[in-house]
Amino acid sequence: MRRIGIDVGGTNTDAVLIEQGKVVRAVKAPTSEDVTGGILDSLQRLGATGLLNNGRVDGVMIGTTHFINAVVQRRQLTKVAALRLGMPASASLPPFCDWPEDLAQLVRGGVWMVEGGHEYDGRLFMPLDEAAVVRAALEVKTAGLKSVAISSIFSPLDPSHEKRAAELVAGIVPEASITCSSDLGRIGLLERENAGLLNAALADLARDTIAAFEKAIGDSGIAAPLFITQNDGTVAEAGQARRLPVYSFASGATNSMRGAAYLSGLSDAMVIDVGGTTTDVGQLRNGFPREANSVVKVGGVRTLFRMPDLLSIGLGGGSHVVLDPLAVGPLSVGYRLLKDGIAFGGSQLTTTDIAVASGVLDLGDRRKVAYLDGETCRKVFAEAARMAEEAIDRMKTEAGDVPLIAVGGGAFLIPDRLPGVSRVIHVEHGDCANAVGAAIAQVSGECDQIFKDMTRLDAIDAARTIANDRAVAAGADRETLATIDSEDMPLAYLPGNSVRVRVRVVGDVAAG
Amino acid sequence: MSLRDVTIDDIESLAVGAWILGTGGGGNPYLPLLNMRALYRDGYRVQLMDAADLGDEDRVGVVANMGAPLVGQERLTDSLTLARAVSLMEEHTGYRFAGLMGMEIGGANGVRPLMAAAHLKRPIVDSDTMGRAYPEAQMTSVAVGGLTPWPLTAVDVRGLESVVGRVPTWKWAERVVRKICVEYGSVAATCQPPRTGAEVKQWGIHGTTTKAMAIGRAVREAQRRHDDPIAAILGVEPGKLLYKGKVVDVARRATEGFLRGVARLDGLDAWRDATMTINFQNEWIVAFIDGKPIAMSPDLICVLDSVSGEAVGSETIRYGQRVTVIALPPPAVFLSPSGLDHVGPRAFGYDLDFRSVFSS
Repeated sequence: MRRIGIDVGGTNTDAVLIEQGKVVRAVKAPTSEDVTGGILDSLQRLGATGLLNNGRVDGVMIGTTHFINAVVQRRQLTKVAALRLGMPASASLPPFCDWPEDLAQLVRGGVWMVEGGHEYDGRLFMPLDEAAVVRAALEVKTAGLKSVAISSIFSPLDPSHEKRAAELVAGIVPEASITCSSDLGRIGLLERENAGLLNAALADLARDTIAAFEKAIGDSGIAAPLFITQNDGTVAEAGQARRLPVYSFASGATNSMRGAAYLSGLSDAMVIDVGGTTTDVGQLRNGFPREANSVVKVGGVRTLFRMPDLLSIGLGGGSHVVLDPLAVGPLSVGYRLLKDGIAFGGSQLTTTDIAVASGVLDLGDRRKVAYLDGETCRKVFAEAARMAEEAIDRMKTEAGDVPLIAVGGGAFLIPDRLPGVSRVIHVEHGDCANAVGAAIAQVSGECDQIFKDMTRLDAIDAARTIANDRAVAAGADRETLATIDSEDMPLAYLPGNSVRVRVRVVGDVAAG
Repeated sequence: MSLRDVTIDDIESLAVGAWILGTGGGGNPYLPLLNMRALYRDGYRVQLMDAADLGDEDRVGVVANMGAPLVGQERLTDSLTLARAVSLMEEHTGYRFAGLMGMEIGGANGVRPLMAAAHLKRPIVDSDTMGRAYPEAQMTSVAVGGLTPWPLTAVDVRGLESVVGRVPTWKWAERVVRKICVEYGSVAATCQPPRTGAEVKQWGIHGTTTKAMAIGRAVREAQRRHDDPIAAILGVEPGKLLYKGKVVDVARRATEGFLRGVARLDGLDAWRDATMTINFQNEWIVAFIDGKPIAMSPDLICVLDSVSGEAVGSETIRYGQRVTVIALPPPAVFLSPSGLDHVGPRAFGYDLDFRSVFSS
């Protein structure tokens, strides 16, 4: 198995080639404005030694922050027609009702609410008002909207109304891209609908970005399928990622943690990923990041995405250092490190300068930082260690000492001993852990729905079957599927044996 | 009669405070809060009055949503449906309510009466009948007072309207309305048996909307200042810090329509060597440290996120969360022998004599 993992970050585009489970080569190239250039550049560096000339590549897995940045920075978003099936319920809380106004202004192309939806037990809430859907679709066409988000009450249990409405809309506005909220998972109409609206808002960007990725790979001469990494450390085929870009929101941090697990051989540990500006601390369980269970806000919008539970602090290799009184971060020189840092002829003292002065790093001009004495350096390192220790302690979920894997370009800030940590593990290629995480990503499937009048074990089995089918549909090899998360919750107030089951499975990418 | 204007910022605080007074149950007030934001944007306003300003012959409508919080997350909450439950009760009884009050200040039902009040232009009486959230309709101060358990109305947004004309006991009221609620899809807007001004003055639990706002305001201001929100709560309420820890296990089971279970916590800081378990039936009922009961209903047991100070519910509490457990004093009405019969530990199946953490 040969795979290329690429992480398109704000500063660098990292790429690694993994062959038979080993990192064969890792490279960094500056991220380019047009995306394609940076990827092409890194692929060329990767292949510079003729490494890619013979033998097939099984997949190129790309992790990117494009989609989340578009939402956070409010750019390159498509206007969306929101179609909700659930009247007469929920009328007082229409789509976009809890969005930040600036983002809603950009994305809200129009709102249509018609009768439809289901009950928790699968009964109809209201018959789907198909005539009203058709009227809405005609208005969407007249308004010139090209992206439609459809949501329906209890659609995770029964998506038929959403699917039927999508057919009707496609019949009238054939060029529209359509997002159904049931493809985005969980119970909670507003949060699921928000995910659908965000997804629809990314329709154009997803199409263009993934086309650019495909072009870059094609231009590099590599013939391999493209996969995009997702929030949960797994990948989706390019086609699915184009359709559901919101699933690829937070993949950078996840890839780092997955890469840390892979490079260290540990599946249960804390991970600290020290970048240029921020440090993320998270916890690996069974080789995957522990997920945040609660509502996750993206660009101010409430969603229920599968996201790693991370604590970010303002500490990194580019963090500003103030000596009196001593302070490290949160300001950072970021991608200007090699220009603005004192060791590089700039005027801003950074943690990297401290590392150069104390001989931890061999970069820039050490003479420029010779004025920093050993005691000063020791104090700055101690402050960075204290910040890291506090973040680790906040994220630990068990008492006692746990192993800690330190990755990222700023991992030199993490000392070999920390309180509450049994050992600190620095790994080879740790500065490209995110690209490694992308290269090794698996395919997942999830089921989260309510089962009635079944034993608990039958319900879990039924959920696992659905999750397995979804994983295979997303490109997984059925033979390799394993359950990595299973949670069931009996439902208060509901009659019968109602139980809500959430199962997540992962498997290797199916060959060819 | 003095009416106090309620601002949208008061309601933001009310939502945070009501969730804390929910003692683990009652549902997150986020959706009712969204409704109130929309209503205020559209120019609707709500006013608050004290029970003491009610005339003895005045009638008061008691508003509550009933059902599974999960269904509410899909069907959301419509303010007009709640208002309709109240107007249906007025049509049935011929009363014109002088004010509206909540059945329970805890959870989403702590905010929902305001949604009806905004449409119907009636003041909210600053009282409720639980002082928190409880799982069953007979666990109220008006049931402890032996007040009439009928009539009730239950409304569904699709134009389904039910009036329960008469029931002999509060238990029957709970059973019959629960059945209607299930047929509606496990959610119903209800107007509970109306009360006279005299009844509210004698049996209501007073000042609870104001109290929830004060708690919520303390938390929000502490969050803004990056201060300890839990210390801020204890600064405005005579509560007691019971425990700080991390959630290490949550076992849940659904029985007789309730979510029952146990949350187990491992201690942090001063509690590093002590294990807390909290038993719940929708709400937190009894808390134990190393197997010894240390707090129980009707004392309010509040599990809070140690960082944000916001409430953690029994449906959403999860492994790994860092929480702080505090107790708040119970309403006096529940401390009588009859009150303890309704909501003391034995009402939940625990063979324990009630001992308040505030009694020493």
